[in-house]
Amino acid sequence: MINKEFFFKGYKSILKPDSPAIALGCCFIAIGALLKNIGFNIQESIFSTMLIYALPGSLVMAESILIGASLLSIFIAVWFVNARLYPMAVSLFPLMMDESQPKWKYYLSCHFIAVSAWLIMKSNYETIEKKNRVDFWIGIGSATWSVAVISTIIGFYLSDYLNKDMLMGLAILNPIYFICMMVGAMKTIQVTLSVILGAILGPIFYFFSPEWSILLGGLVAGSVAYLVGEKNVS
Amino acid sequence: MSVNILLSILVTSVATYISRFLGVLSSVRIKESSKIFRWFNCLAYATLAALIARTIVFPVGALLEASYLSRILVILLSLGIFFITKKNFVYPTVFSAISMTIINNYF
Repeated sequence: MINKEFFFKGYKSILKPDSPAIALGCCFIAIGALLKNIGFNIQESIFSTMLIYALPGSLVMAESILIGASLLSIFIAVWFVNARLYPMAVSLFPLMMDESQPKWKYYLSCHFIAVSAWLIMKSNYETIEKKNRVDFWIGIGSATWSVAVISTIIGFYLSDYLNKDMLMGLAILNPIYFICMMVGAMKTIQVTLSVILGAILGPIFYFFSPEWSILLGGLVAGSVAYLVGEKNVS
Repeated sequence: MSVNILLSILVTSVATYISRFLGVLSSVRIKESSKIFRWFNCLAYATLAALIARTIVFPVGALLEASYLSRILVILLSLGIFFITKKNFVYPTVFSAISMTIINNYF
């Protein structure tokens, strides 16, 4: 089953001084408050964070419900917005694949792929032996997932006491945290260029196609960064 | 639970899980030293950067009511704190929430 030592090592990673728990928690407090405002009850709010566990997806769902969108359009919009999880999975799971580990661990634990868990794993995987990485990953994912669910509950009940300025403060926290993490990860020419070009092209492509801007911006910026990086190395 | 909300949650979770699951299926044949792995690593970082930039430039939800100037000011100040505190993630993050709440009242 799951190696407890590495599971708890991963779980405890959110207790580090530069842990994402505070930022992640605040973001889901905002989501909890938002879900209450659009008419979710507490069970639906908890259920939503447990099953979706992706901030942009939850936001798109909330907006779509507000405007009375159909289930099909919700599905397509969320799929586009969360398609970024595909390259994130492909750039993470090969680091954990080990023949001694059962497949179900990978299929279930891919649910934990989200920016914060992904960035923690990316900066820590080298310290863990390959065969134990998936258990370590499940620990990280369970921890960030628990923080998200608990924060949603807090946000749901706090929403009556949060004013507009406070919600704004909570909303900026998530992008700032991710910006700092990405700037911290800019150690190679490929990653540095990917982050800079992605940040420029994402908003530019929004003018041409709001739905596709993230994916197209990411695809063009990532490919250019890859080619420049490969050429530089060779 | 109301049926519409429940169905929306289920549809959203399936749409989200698909990308994660397909990513794992593709990973089986990809080695971490391969070129395709390095390419996907670039795609992942670039897509994240595009997402964050779009969230700030064209926000949805609460941030929509914050002015451009206040958003940019908070980002620059937070990045300054990030470097001053030797790349600690918590200080700039907490600072950003407090400063956004205050700055938006003045800009």
